[in-house]
Amino acid sequence: MKNAVGREIPEELLNSGLRNGKGYEVYQGKGYRDGKYIKKQGPTTKIYQKPSESKILPSIREAVIKSGLKDGMTVSFHHHFRDGDYIVNMVMKEIVDLGIKDITIAASSLGSAHDPIADYIEQGIVTGIQTSGIRGRMGDVVSHGKLKTPAILRSHGGRVRAVEEGDVHIDVAFIGAPTCDEYGNARALGGKSDCGVLSYAVPDSEYADKVVVITDTLVPYPNFPASIHGINVDYVVKVDEIGNPKKIASAAARMTQNPRDLMMAENVAKIMTSTPWFKDGFSFQTGAGGPSLAVNRFLEPLMVERGIKMAWAIGGITGPICELQRKGLVGKIIDVQDFDVAAIEDIRTNPNHYEMTASEYANPANKGAFVNKLDFVVLAALEVDIDFNVNVITGSDGVLRGAPGGHPDTAEGAKCCIIVTPLTRGRMATICEKVVTVTTPGDCVDVVVTDYGLSVNPKRQDIIECLDKAGIKHVPIKELQEKAYSMVGKPDDLQWKDKVVAILEARDGTILDVVREIKPYEM
Amino acid sequence: MSIPRPKPEKFRLRRTMMFMNAQKPGLIKDAYIYGADSIMLDLEDAVAENQKDSARFSLYHALKEIDYGDTEVIVRINGLDTPHWKEDIRVVVAGGADGIRIAKTESAQDVKTVDAAVTEAEKEFGVEVGRTLLMAAVESPKGVLNAYEICTASPRLFGVAISGGDYRKCMQVKVIPGGIEMLAARGHLLVAARAAGVQCFDTVFTNINDDEGFRAEVKQNVEMGFDGKSLVNPRQINIVHEMLAPTPKEIAEAEKIVRAYREHAAEGVGVFTIEGGKMIDIAFVPGAERVIKLAKASGIYEGDL
Repeated sequence: MKNAVGREIPEELLNSGLRNGKGYEVYQGKGYRDGKYIKKQGPTTKIYQKPSESKILPSIREAVIKSGLKDGMTVSFHHHFRDGDYIVNMVMKEIVDLGIKDITIAASSLGSAHDPIADYIEQGIVTGIQTSGIRGRMGDVVSHGKLKTPAILRSHGGRVRAVEEGDVHIDVAFIGAPTCDEYGNARALGGKSDCGVLSYAVPDSEYADKVVVITDTLVPYPNFPASIHGINVDYVVKVDEIGNPKKIASAAARMTQNPRDLMMAENVAKIMTSTPWFKDGFSFQTGAGGPSLAVNRFLEPLMVERGIKMAWAIGGITGPICELQRKGLVGKIIDVQDFDVAAIEDIRTNPNHYEMTASEYANPANKGAFVNKLDFVVLAALEVDIDFNVNVITGSDGVLRGAPGGHPDTAEGAKCCIIVTPLTRGRMATICEKVVTVTTPGDCVDVVVTDYGLSVNPKRQDIIECLDKAGIKHVPIKELQEKAYSMVGKPDDLQWKDKVVAILEARDGTILDVVREIKPYEM
Repeated sequence: MSIPRPKPEKFRLRRTMMFMNAQKPGLIKDAYIYGADSIMLDLEDAVAENQKDSARFSLYHALKEIDYGDTEVIVRINGLDTPHWKEDIRVVVAGGADGIRIAKTESAQDVKTVDAAVTEAEKEFGVEVGRTLLMAAVESPKGVLNAYEICTASPRLFGVAISGGDYRKCMQVKVIPGGIEMLAARGHLLVAARAAGVQCFDTVFTNINDDEGFRAEVKQNVEMGFDGKSLVNPRQINIVHEMLAPTPKEIAEAEKIVRAYREHAAEGVGVFTIEGGKMIDIAFVPGAERVIKLAKASGIYEGDL
């Protein structure tokens, strides 16, 4: 069945029961489920009425046993420790050593730190993966059809919706925390491996049947203000190290000096200023990549020149936006993840830098997340096609190596979604006829900025008018694609087998696209 | 795929002339995207002595394969005191670049020597004789003193550029904020260029992180009357274009002059007054037209002239 972005979704997938027994619909377009009702599916939780002193267990192994984890169950993790995470591998090793099998991992994201999971997939121990990001060896084995069930890939907001709606039921959540007290109140600050916030773990703590917090820094009760509340936590485990601090928080994100990136960033800033939303009190999110991050630098003088301020910034936070705030140009920073030490240091000390939950950030099924009130978002892309569909998950070889993250959430929510990407990367055309996989639907993407010019989605005549009025030149996206192909050639079609290895859910839980098993390339 | 470039326009707008190492395919493959009026692909200082051949090779293929569009493509060739310049010229002409920047020009004879070699190469490769333009970089006190004869040495020559690096060494001075050390050279070259009816370009500003210093220098360039500037980083392009852009008032005045001139010219009147009572004759017209051209290039012109 063809969906609203023209992708063929196999019928058998719709009633395969992969959505926790419920049927799937195919993607129907932006805002399809708006105004509908859902019933939240709460967890089965244990009563702790009798006073007790401590929830501390001596080891992860003990916690796995006590949690009642059995064959066929679902465990969850968060990704605030990024490439420095030790939690996933430590917990999965104990699960495997205990002989528990047929496990589904439902993580907010997984990365290259989790290569050992690829072995468990190949051994048939891990049979389901639900995540935003999938990379490294794990992406490779899944793309080669080694995972028993199709991986389910969701945006950050889509994941919270899926958890709340019961599309995925978490049996045991394992939450790594930089600090925790004996009763499970956990924070992302004050430990050896601070990650700033624990936003993505909050739904897990509220919706999993059993919740285990793992920390390397026990602190006196009550560890407040808590990100993860002890009232939701069953067990606490202290280990030597929860992660590698160097990889959890990269050195302060540095502005690119690459003239190509800077030129694109400057153009993004100019586009923003030409729209009616660039006024005092606007809101903004940008990515941590070279050109996206550099937009901050060009916004500063334009804000000063117009005498306006940003009311709030959200998202994955980096040093440069904190710096902009210190200069008095940003009201509040509302933080769902920290990308560098500067951002972590800032939330530690700055009263106008707040933590929010993943649901507050991007969940499409609550009563209005932050993304709904976003004026501008600036995002990167691996590929954009002539229908403005974006791919951020599959590489040019068709192998899973990315993450939708907050991309589809912010793109749908923001009044003006700007994608910034070079026209080509090496020999690959970034602006193409048809993206390998649709991860953000074209109806949510408004402007694409490349080093060879920019293009506005014809659906956004209002933005086209703004650019014309400001004398900002733009071209039909087809022209950019043709330019790209004229430089690097038209790529051959990828060759796939029939088996679906991953489902790309739209943030509302409909199927946006599927990824099939890759066939080794033959000339 | 070979893209023949149209015949170069001798007196086009050249606000920004950006140097690019001809040896770096990643740079020259799309050097036009930054919006400089001219790019100067460098075979001279940016290329090591034992890499001259490979730089020529990549330059030739870039000239043949890449569509630089409206961006003017100039090549800086090696000095006449090197064994490379003749082969440089053959490659430039065979590749079809718009023009050549002659390094370290000291005399009219230098220009004439290059002119002759260019003519020879044009004949060799079946290129229209006279197509390839020249500009002379003046880098020494001797070159400055000979500026007028350099400026009038060849009909191919569209302009001269002062090059500060070597000139300062000769003069035993360093870079001074405000540019007092370059004042005589800049002034003399400008006077010579204007007397000869060719364009004049200022030297590079190499500290790319000093935006304030760069702006101050560009401001001085504008006030002194330079047509444009040699650049070392794409980040400098927009700053120059912005600072050279005429003000709305200047544009309005220029429009009045051009319109009034066209009306009166049709009636055969040579001197006339415009709104506000200002007396105008034909001498004002090229300046006004230049303002309109600049406004168009700066993307701020909304009129219909």
